[in-house]
Amino acid sequence: MISRIYVMPKGMDSRAEMLSKSWRSLGIGGKLKGITLIDSYIIDSQLSKKDLHKIGEALTNQAIEKFSVNIIPETDKYSFALEIGYLPGVTDNVGHTAKETISDLLHLEGDKNLAVYTSRVFLFSGSISKKDAEVFAGSLYNPLIERAYVGSAQEIKKQNGLPMVVPQVVLPVKKDVIKVPLGVSDDELEKIGNLGIVDDTGLRRGPLALDLLSMKAIKDFFYKAGRDPSDIELEALAQTWSEHCKHTIFANPIADIKSGLYKTYIKGATNLIRDRMGSKDFCVSVFSDNAGGIVFDNEFLITHKVETHNSPSALDPYGGAITGIVGVNRDTVGFGLGAKPVANAYGFCFAYPDDTRALFKDKELKQKMLPPSRIIDGVIKGINAGGNCSGIPTLSGFTRYDERFRGKPLVFAGTVGIIPRKINGKLSHEKKAMPGDYIVMAGGRVGADGIHGATFSSVVMDSASPATAVQIGDPITQKKMSDAIVKEARGMDLYNSITDNGAGGISCSVAEMARECGGAEVDLEKVPLKYPGMRPWEIWISESQERMTLSVPREKWKVFQKLMESRGVEATVIGEFTDSGKCIVNYNGKKIMDLPLEFLHNGLPQKHLEITPIVRSYPEPKASKENRAKILEEMIANPNLSGFAFISEQYDHEVQASSVLKPLSGSGRINTDAQVFKPVLTSKKGAVVSTGIYPSYSDISTYHMAASAIDTAVRNAIVAGGSLSHLAILDNFCWCSSNDKTRLAELVDAIKACYEYAVGYGTPFISGKDSMFNDFKGYDEKGKPVAISIPPTLLISAIGVIKDINKTVSPEFKNGGDVIYLLGDTYDELGASEYFKLLAKKEKSNNIGSNVPKVEWKKNLKTYQALENAIQRELVASAISVSSGGLAVALSKASIGGMLGCKVSVANIPGLTSSDDAKLFSESQGRIIVSVTPQNVNQFEKIMMPIPRAVLGKVSKDEKVVITGVKGKKIIQTDVKKLYKAYHSFSEKMK
Amino acid sequence: MKTKIKKNKKPKVIVMSGYGLNCEEETKFAFEWAGAKINIVADIVHINDLIASPEMLSEYDILAFPGGFSYGDDTGSGKAYANKFKNHLAKELAEFLSRDTLAIGICNGFQIMTNLGILPGALTHNKNGKYIDRWVDLKVEGNPRQGWARSPWLTGMKKLSVPIAHGEGRYVISPKEYKNLQKNKQIAFKYEKGEICKFQNLEKNPNGADYDIAGVLAYNGRVMGLMPHPERAMFSHQSPLWQNKKIKSTVSKEGPGLQIFKNAVNYFKK
Repeated sequence: MISRIYVMPKGMDSRAEMLSKSWRSLGIGGKLKGITLIDSYIIDSQLSKKDLHKIGEALTNQAIEKFSVNIIPETDKYSFALEIGYLPGVTDNVGHTAKETISDLLHLEGDKNLAVYTSRVFLFSGSISKKDAEVFAGSLYNPLIERAYVGSAQEIKKQNGLPMVVPQVVLPVKKDVIKVPLGVSDDELEKIGNLGIVDDTGLRRGPLALDLLSMKAIKDFFYKAGRDPSDIELEALAQTWSEHCKHTIFANPIADIKSGLYKTYIKGATNLIRDRMGSKDFCVSVFSDNAGGIVFDNEFLITHKVETHNSPSALDPYGGAITGIVGVNRDTVGFGLGAKPVANAYGFCFAYPDDTRALFKDKELKQKMLPPSRIIDGVIKGINAGGNCSGIPTLSGFTRYDERFRGKPLVFAGTVGIIPRKINGKLSHEKKAMPGDYIVMAGGRVGADGIHGATFSSVVMDSASPATAVQIGDPITQKKMSDAIVKEARGMDLYNSITDNGAGGISCSVAEMARECGGAEVDLEKVPLKYPGMRPWEIWISESQERMTLSVPREKWKVFQKLMESRGVEATVIGEFTDSGKCIVNYNGKKIMDLPLEFLHNGLPQKHLEITPIVRSYPEPKASKENRAKILEEMIANPNLSGFAFISEQYDHEVQASSVLKPLSGSGRINTDAQVFKPVLTSKKGAVVSTGIYPSYSDISTYHMAASAIDTAVRNAIVAGGSLSHLAILDNFCWCSSNDKTRLAELVDAIKACYEYAVGYGTPFISGKDSMFNDFKGYDEKGKPVAISIPPTLLISAIGVIKDINKTVSPEFKNGGDVIYLLGDTYDELGASEYFKLLAKKEKSNNIGSNVPKVEWKKNLKTYQALENAIQRELVASAISVSSGGLAVALSKASIGGMLGCKVSVANIPGLTSSDDAKLFSESQGRIIVSVTPQNVNQFEKIMMPIPRAVLGKVSKDEKVVITGVKGKKIIQTDVKKLYKAYHSFSEKMK
Repeated sequence: MKTKIKKNKKPKVIVMSGYGLNCEEETKFAFEWAGAKINIVADIVHINDLIASPEMLSEYDILAFPGGFSYGDDTGSGKAYANKFKNHLAKELAEFLSRDTLAIGICNGFQIMTNLGILPGALTHNKNGKYIDRWVDLKVEGNPRQGWARSPWLTGMKKLSVPIAHGEGRYVISPKEYKNLQKNKQIAFKYEKGEICKFQNLEKNPNGADYDIAGVLAYNGRVMGLMPHPERAMFSHQSPLWQNKKIKSTVSKEGPGLQIFKNAVNYFKK
């Protein structure tokens, strides 16, 4: 029996009002009078009228809501209704909760006889047309995951209500396992690799992302074994060998670098730095686990990991982003024996929200790409839901905009964790599954969502990109699991090893843990499923979210099981770890996969990658004659430099009561470049996190792009009170067209810079990730082919330990009369700067110049050490890093933050500059603006003696911002209120 | 509540957890810090453990529903957790409240308490439809000179600045019920334009709450619910003003939020 309960608000509904506002902003015709938003619960169960009424009461807060059973409330007051519900199989979190509430209320045993599906119903009143309602529907729902129905009041009355759609998953009956003969032509091998295995229906299953070389290695292996592979074996190899999992581009020999980029430069840098630090080495677990771990104090380790979730976010921005953040939370829970997430970080690279070009994935123009405004909105909401619901402060973040992020946005998600160094007397970062341990899957169930995610992210996005690659996270299921493991099971010593299920699902997590003991045997029919009908290969590689895999000793299983049950967490034994040297999978008693671990993990053939170096240069734009104050205001209003309070303030950054230096600081609420928090409430120590990213510099030089990213991340951390002696970094490479030899040459350049600067600053890499194919191939409105690739982008994230959080420094000016210093040299380094980009845009050229900032680490190192010293002696009232936008922008931000003016001269700043424009807007690295209270000036000067510096002027109590140039002329005159307005204008618009 | 029973004891605190509540650890910390002198221990108890041994509740003197996102706010904030509590623990809760005990609901805990029906009014979506994290200024309502017993939670407090972080924090109450609240001295906090709002140029009422209400009382002031998070203002360094004030004092001290927890502990001293 199918029934429906509608719950609607009684009084004012702010959500409905926001919807009406967005209706109007879309410019839809008709006269909309109002929108009523109703929550609908479709319930599939045998229930009495009385029970339905009871359920209605439980789902309603009588003070503000009312409910009706089976009949839309207020049927005659609306002209059209819109219903948006999920497609079959898409995660319905509200549905899950409603189901739990109903089961508990009616004491229903088990969940076999109850299914709940939710949808949102919108009633539009006023004189509008069906077309109007449909246009509005189009702006709200995502056809990849949702269905929409629009009907008039009459139509709905005629059919006795909204159509009752039960989005139950019904999978076609197919063969469980098929053999895939590989004794075929190279052509066919390539097709299998690129397009997938041919199903028993004759269709291809979607890309394995295996190239011919890999396919041949697999063919050889099975030829020698004297049999054909089963589909699950081939799918498993594709997952484990994917670029996403094996990072082949970083592992393979490239050009004259025989041991590959990762070993030579990334790990190479870390090894060298650790050697040099000797007994002061603070690294504990680097590159070997789900996150990197360093010493926090004598009792705790602190971990960090940053991931990207780019491709899924392009298709379903909300689902992609939420999955990204809860996914990286699991990397933290999967560190060592399980670290507790204590801070989230995000970074978004978007196309501009006013970019409304239509793009399609297919030539037939049927698969439209979402516009940037929808992607921005969805991604922001996804991180919001993931972070806020999980009770993890979302502290650190940045946003960048470039039209080339139109094909694929970049969505970075990071998590910092904390874990006692020893748990039950054992080192917490070490773990080892033992032969005989049960393989336990805990958390969510397995569905068809997220199949081929790992291989999907390893290829260009086009019309073949699978919809099943999209998943929606369920943060509460994960929160329950995470708490049960980290806060309870861990301390009870109930498991030997743990890892998360991310890319590749259990196929990767089990195979990974099997290495610890030497084998695994899984009975796949034991894996709990969301719905029946899934085939073994799908179960094995599905990336359904919220799952961890643990190795639980047999004698501890009962206790573990009971604990999980009492916390509402599903945990199931799905097999056993062994020492057979093999990964064996059975399905209903039949062996369907039998692969030696050696081949599974090391069978991937090496490929020598070649590079073609490339030099890029551009003319400079014509000097501007515009009023510089106007230009400055224009610059700080640009989303690349402006504030993004609209994001920061919708993310809970204060939960866990740990915040010290928040995302927004000062009276004028400027976004901070580094954040400080106190993960252990009883300790004086803090952690600092910061980032550096310069996608635009890649147009000129990826070497300097990478160098600047490292310099900025390090500088930002020091400026807030961090220490060079306790600072580590993480790399996230987001590249494009990585089959292209020139792009690979640029990658080599960037990584060489990583080595040089990490070693220079003594900041080891502790974790990293790459996403190498951020390309889009599709069509424009006229069906003309369009290819968009992102600018090669490296995100550097820094994490450090602060001895005493009381010494934290915030970026905004504090007091009128404080002396303003500039530390560091300035050069004519305006290439790809925000200033040149603005001028180039104005003259409609690509003249972004070529003098990209070059980082001199030896000199900067001294500056940073001196600043660290001054901060420790509490001589610094404020400090802000000079980065994108240059000196003028940094000065503006410090002023806005303090809502104080400043009178400064840039005439005598150290370095070599040829114009006032260069002094104001050059992005030379290694520079910091510091304000010092007059009584501290002498001591500050003493410390800064060997450092290139200038006294720029003073903070003024009035609101005037006056900057004087070389000839003693006032080159900028404005006031802090104007700057404040410009700085927050983008954020206000996006609210 | 004219005659106070002589208590002079070390109160036992129960802080609820489970299903997505997430502020239990810092709430426990706040109670234990507030009661450090007498070594108070606050127990974090999962709702399922309490359901398994409901008699446990009779051992406690202070009940706290901390902040969080129980059931992800699905079906409406606080609703699902309150339903579960009601279905299994209604009798024990009534018994707890009939004793001379204290109870507090912070943020999601407040939402749970209104859904449980032990606090008046309801909480719904913020006026801008979005989740918001910022600081607010609170005015402690009521006038002791008028001679009514103020809530034990509010002893000695006039105003304080604390952060909020919620998506459904708009307090809704009908004019008639509001009059009753006033009459019965059931309003704990109202948003006002104070130090923080002036400093950061923010509107006083962040979510559009009726009558600027941020927190309410019931059971003669023994039960309090509030949207803001006092445990996120228990250290002075948590305040947005700290960096400005820091220049004078470089050591982080107690923040204004701790007083609420101290008041609860002190209630059992007298």
